[in-house]
Amino acid sequence: MSGVRVLVGTRKGAFVLTSDGKRQQWDVNGPYFGGWELYHLKGSPADPNRLYASQSSSWFGQIIQRSDDGGKTWETPGGERMPDPYDPPVGMSNNFMYDTSSETGKPLTTHQWYDGTQHPWEFKRVWHLEPSLTDPDTVYAGVEDAALFRSTNGGQSWQELPALRSAKGHLWQPGAGGMCLHTILLDPSDPQRIFIAISAAGTFRTEDGGRTWRPVNRGLKSQMELPDPNAEVGHCVHCIAMHPSRPNVLFMQKHWDVMRSDDGGDSWHEISGNLPSDFGFPIAVHAHEPETIYVVPIKSDSEHYPPEGKLRVYRSRTGGNEWEALTKGLPQQNCYLNVLRDAMAVDSLDPCGIYVGTSGGQVYASADSGNHWTPIVRDLPPVLSVEAQALP
Amino acid sequence: MMIRVVLPAHLRTLARVDGEVKLEIEDQATQDAVLNALEARYPVLRGTIRDHVTHRRRPFVRFYACGRDLSHERPDAPLPEALTTGEEPFLIVGAMAGG
Repeated sequence: MSGVRVLVGTRKGAFVLTSDGKRQQWDVNGPYFGGWELYHLKGSPADPNRLYASQSSSWFGQIIQRSDDGGKTWETPGGERMPDPYDPPVGMSNNFMYDTSSETGKPLTTHQWYDGTQHPWEFKRVWHLEPSLTDPDTVYAGVEDAALFRSTNGGQSWQELPALRSAKGHLWQPGAGGMCLHTILLDPSDPQRIFIAISAAGTFRTEDGGRTWRPVNRGLKSQMELPDPNAEVGHCVHCIAMHPSRPNVLFMQKHWDVMRSDDGGDSWHEISGNLPSDFGFPIAVHAHEPETIYVVPIKSDSEHYPPEGKLRVYRSRTGGNEWEALTKGLPQQNCYLNVLRDAMAVDSLDPCGIYVGTSGGQVYASADSGNHWTPIVRDLPPVLSVEAQALP
Repeated sequence: MMIRVVLPAHLRTLARVDGEVKLEIEDQATQDAVLNALEARYPVLRGTIRDHVTHRRRPFVRFYACGRDLSHERPDAPLPEALTTGEEPFLIVGAMAGG
């Protein structure tokens, strides 16, 4: 591996950070799409220079951007200027239409609102883009209001996988950030198997490429959030993670509780152990050690900052329950920022690199699996997402 | 007729245009006709000013012309004459919402 590229989405634009394999000196490029919210950027595992970005604003809605040169230049797929005003557009890259057709779709009914009443389904934005493991032109999009879309032409057009909404969608409800589909895990051993997670609905699994879905939330408990703490759906799952070598083992940061499944989501058990708080947003797995996982504890559901004003990434080398605080190089006093669900990532270099982006605009990196940290950029707008790519 | 359109800065960047956009309108000049021509020329703007399907104006977008707010005019209502003569531009504006 020759280096690493870190893709940072912020409230006011995107940044691309690059370094060699030592990961000591970083070049910072950006902002791209200045003034827009970049909820997520991610590169294709099949072609590291193919990047996708979700660009949105309250004013002008959703835009999908694509790069074929590692983020140096960007285009809106299918959005090129037309030579003649009456030519049809090549694509509709920002058109996320729920599929309500009688042949392929599902009726667009309602979901629960915060107060328990029913509320119409409305597209708001793309939270997460997950490129296919094998095809650079295939990419999944998790959106708010929660649904899963797929493009097979490099983002020019999108089709919903509507069966997901049939998995008790009327009982789903928005979390504080909205009813977002924020996590998409593609099983490397089975292209037909996908896991997704939604706040506040839970985790869902398909084993037939998205034709059917079922909730996989047994073992989750939400005593303070749901009338039935063990409900089949409605849990506020914040993030799930998987090591590619063991796709049956899933790790979850829930609203409260850190959880683990050893059977592909069929059942979950708590692994919060000695964490100072089991509330948090992101969770990640070490690139080479499937039992080494990372979380960033946050004080509570209303106090979105680290306990005791100390930013600590916690690492478990035992797949949960036993956690150690990683503090070297991280602020250990007067620190009251947050780390959002898509703002922690690992690279696949050896030793494994870990990256954490904060609401204070810093990206902290560790090039030694979390033992030592340093800010590789600071004073960016609030960070929404971080992804890391090892470059060949 | 040629209609002059002024886009907000973010949409100019998105459409990769500098300054005003000039659009040829063949039939009656209405909001719909202007936006149809704009989106046909710059497909990347589809969905950014009005909904893809319903064509309803996005909540944080306003339309001004000739010192008037046309945001709540009917989309098929004729635009002021000063727009059709090119004397005044059709302004597409991001609402003053902070942030």
